[in-house]
Amino acid sequence: MSLDSIMKVIVNGEPRDMADGTTLRALVEQFKLQPEKVAIELNRRLARSDKYDLPLKDGDQVEIVTFVGGG
Amino acid sequence: MDVFRIKNFEVTNRLFVGTGKYASYELMQKSLDASGCQVVTVAVRRERLIDAQGKSLFDFLDLNRYVILPNTAGCFTADDAIRVALLGRDLLEKNGNKGAGWVKLEVLGDKKTLLPDPVGTIEATRELVKEGFTVLAYTSDDPRSAVRIKEAGAASVMPAGSPIGSGQGILNPLNISLCLELLKEGDPTFPVIVDAGVGAASDVSAAMELGADGVLLNTAIAHAKDPVNMATAMKFALEAGRLSYQSGRIPKKRYATASSPFEGVISYIPGE
Repeated sequence: MSLDSIMKVIVNGEPRDMADGTTLRALVEQFKLQPEKVAIELNRRLARSDKYDLPLKDGDQVEIVTFVGGG
Repeated sequence: MDVFRIKNFEVTNRLFVGTGKYASYELMQKSLDASGCQVVTVAVRRERLIDAQGKSLFDFLDLNRYVILPNTAGCFTADDAIRVALLGRDLLEKNGNKGAGWVKLEVLGDKKTLLPDPVGTIEATRELVKEGFTVLAYTSDDPRSAVRIKEAGAASVMPAGSPIGSGQGILNPLNISLCLELLKEGDPTFPVIVDAGVGAASDVSAAMELGADGVLLNTAIAHAKDPVNMATAMKFALEAGRLSYQSGRIPKKRYATASSPFEGVISYIPGE
């Protein structure tokens, strides 16, 4: 991976280096998560499953959430 | 069956139970089962990206059995609450759960009291209704706020008995009954659920006796010494309170009225 093929993406508040062209689906797989058990926001907007195969851009902000116990 | 409707959702059990704060997922499962609830609430949170072996709530909730009501707990602005609601709906749609489309809206004022911000709640209600949500809005026991939230389009208004997780029960039964009266004026089937503050089973009965359509609770079961038995107590308390309300209580009187007749008591001298 050459330097210019790396981008920074903020995932759940933490900046991470990623290969250019990484998709949301690849990101979910990288964290060993199942896509149907998470919901994803891209730049503060809900990203539905049909957006999971689009490539991310440098500086994108991603939130990956799931259900936890709550009242 | 004693069914009630919240817009397009039909509910067969009036006890809504939270999934937070149990000592283990197994204890949560047993407690939910004992409570007899049909609707369970969950929160939406960032996935932990380091702990791949971490257990997931998903693995312990039967999505075919329960209708999931996602909340927006922890949100202090209308904007955050709307984002969380959209995320929760997406998760439920993906999993084919009946709860996709409704939300327990919480827009909180501060971390110490967790009391609701009425202005933020009204703003978020309006937006979420535009997004097609059935909004169940958590609010304080202030009757006028409750009415304003209904006017903003909430499908159900959920006044708090006392602060979330405080276990203080229903601190102001007068206000809760005024909420019920104003919200149901000319609209008797408008659903009102007492949400938050329950400490013991008697609080559930008290809420139902005031005429609430349901009760939502979490900590009172999850943090009881014996959560499963407390869940059972809550189930019976809800049924008892509901039946008591439907049966029509006697008016309160200042003086005693004897249940046994005075006539025929021995040693009774007529005329004395």
